[in-house]
Amino acid sequence: MRLVSAVLRSRAVAALASPHGVDRYLEQVNPLWAAHEVRGRVVEVRPETTGVHPVTTLTVQPTSTWRGHRAGQHVQVGVDLPGARRATRCFSLSSAASAPGERFTLTVRAHDDTDERTSLSRHLATRARPGDLLHLSQAGGDFTMHASPATPTPHPLLLVSGGSGITPVMSMLRTLLRDGYDGRANRPVTFLHYARSPQEQIYAEELAAVARFDNHVDVHLVHTARGGTRFSPAALARLVPGFRDTDTWVCGPTALVDAVAAAYDGSARLRVEHFKAPATAAGAGPAQGETSFTRSGLGATNTGETLLAQAEALGLRPETGCRMGICFTCTSRKTSGTVRDVVTGEESSRPDEDVRICVSAPVGDCSVDL
Amino acid sequence: MTTSTSTSTSTRLTPDQLDALGAEMDAIRQRVLADLGEADADYIHGVVRLQRRLEVAGRALFYLPPAWPVAVAALSVSKILDNMEIGHNVMHGQYDWMGEPGLSSRMYEWDNVCPSEQWKYSHNYIHHTFTNVLGKDRDIGYGILRMDEDQPWHPYYLGNPVYALLLMVFFEWGVAMHDLEVENIVAGRRTLADNKALHAGIMRKVRRQALKDYLLFPALTGPLFPLTLAGNATANLVRNVWAFNIIFCGHFPAGVATFSEEECRDESRGHWYYRQLRGSANIDGGRLFHLMTGNLSFQVEHHLFPDLPARRYPEISGEVKEICERYGLPYNTGPLGKQLVSVARKICRLALPDRRRAQQPAAQAQPAAA
Ligand code: FES
Repeated sequence: MRLVSAVLRSRAVAALASPHGVDRYLEQVNPLWAAHEVRGRVVEVRPETTGVHPVTTLTVQPTSTWRGHRAGQHVQVGVDLPGARRATRCFSLSSAASAPGERFTLTVRAHDDTDERTSLSRHLATRARPGDLLHLSQAGGDFTMHASPATPTPHPLLLVSGGSGITPVMSMLRTLLRDGYDGRANRPVTFLHYARSPQEQIYAEELAAVARFDNHVDVHLVHTARGGTRFSPAALARLVPGFRDTDTWVCGPTALVDAVAAAYDGSARLRVEHFKAPATAAGAGPAQGETSFTRSGLGATNTGETLLAQAEALGLRPETGCRMGICFTCTSRKTSGTVRDVVTGEESSRPDEDVRICVSAPVGDCSVDL
Repeated sequence: MTTSTSTSTSTRLTPDQLDALGAEMDAIRQRVLADLGEADADYIHGVVRLQRRLEVAGRALFYLPPAWPVAVAALSVSKILDNMEIGHNVMHGQYDWMGEPGLSSRMYEWDNVCPSEQWKYSHNYIHHTFTNVLGKDRDIGYGILRMDEDQPWHPYYLGNPVYALLLMVFFEWGVAMHDLEVENIVAGRRTLADNKALHAGIMRKVRRQALKDYLLFPALTGPLFPLTLAGNATANLVRNVWAFNIIFCGHFPAGVATFSEEECRDESRGHWYYRQLRGSANIDGGRLFHLMTGNLSFQVEHHLFPDLPARRYPEISGEVKEICERYGLPYNTGPLGKQLVSVARKICRLALPDRRRAQQPAAQAQPAAA
């Protein structure tokens, strides 16, 4: 197997498969064969919660090209949605750190469908079935736990999360426990999570079990709709005295992350990860929102003109050709927001899609990689 | 009956008529765009599967010397599909809506010595934006041939038929060199330094193409090296001859109009459609024939809607024809034989000084390209 993949990745084979690349041939035989790309097959679907925004955990068998992940990292997941349109979104990995080629899990909360199109998260959470194919990236992100459980130190750890932000810290906790972390490590872990209600609490059983065992892990689940107190520095200080000097990871909605960051007052012990809420379409009407060009760091109030016109007004010189939507020279990656095709009037909100900026006008907030 | 004069006058339609024509064309376009989905995805996936299979079969059959003609046929068809129904159309962005990297206009690279990046500039932008505008559209004669009466005659053009023959045999090389604008360098309008970056890109692609077809694959067949080499060269030649003929029949039969820069200054969307309609010609044929031409046998529809999946051209051609009838516009089409003869005639006729013009030298006040 190792030899086969070494051969498939060799320069000689690349030269033979030029210009399309080895993977364009392998995928014709078996979608789970790849020399460079990463793909995955859903092997198990487990509902975590029900309700309007159900949460589901998917177990994924990746191709042998998967290089593994460290606890806290995320992965880009591309899915062919109905209508043959592929959407791509980023999800945190929820299982313990994985080795190359090893299975992992994703825990996905269903967001609402937008502009008559299926949302990717809703599709994964409610319609994914074993056997489904996912297009993946390698794991990325540096919201990771660099303290190794193999070298225990007496320093305590603190994991704070809110809502769907629980997935990366759960991955950290699971990694610690899997790798033999227990009470003898003499390194207390505090796991603090905010959910709206017990019905929306994911991993409830597993967390209850973790809390029961003698492993020096303190689990605190706060249910805000049930009178649980929201985050405050005082409440945290009661749980973890001297929290500012404790290695802490926080992930969740912006409000929570901001509040925690304020409480830490610039302490280097705090690592944060924002969990991004899906962009919502602002709807038709007069132009509103911000247009931002992420690579150049420029941005301005949305004027309602095409992205090209707005970019040029800011002094950017994106590549263009026909300026009328036929040559695709100006195609750029829209990372978030909704755009309207000025010729057809069609709106599109898929994150990470290529748009022709000469005929696309933003509707509400919009970010483009320019 | 189509006329044989090549220069058009847009006075045949009033501005209002042009606007109405534009609106009708836009309506067709939107209707197809709204209908894109599974069927289009299945189609292009099917063509890709067929192309990959033919390619692998062709390469494999070279190990069986008596099957040499079959191997060459399979490889030739594979290269034709790769360049025409897949490459040309994918690079027009026809399948960008699918969001599939393998079918994205930004990433696709074709089995041709011309790097896709450069081809997209000269073809998608220059040729499709300035279709048949003399002095702007460099596809008219590829800078080598005299293909229009408004290109002033020069004794150099006595070789027109010979140049055409050479261009046909070495078509992929001609297309690659096209971007270097050698004729403009000879004429002093472009410097060699302008070509440095282009040159490097072309050489990189040429090296890769030559390495695989003329060295690696032949070498892999061991003692059959010369046979395989000849087979690969033949497949490239077949593709060249086929592509050249289809493309020339789409642009240069009798009845196709050319335009002056003045006519097209600040043109309306309707006039743009009008120019596309008058600047191209179709070839009649069956389904297999259309597949092999990459549906460029529907060159008229392709020029009107370059970014719609080519498999849609047959279904909209009836409507386009009907619109032409209503507006009293010619819809240029004919069987392959007729269009070929017409093109060959033009190539030979334009090798000689124009008789009508020679008698009335005052008539050639038109600005024209070299
Ligand atoms: S510049 Fe040609 S499509 Fe935008």
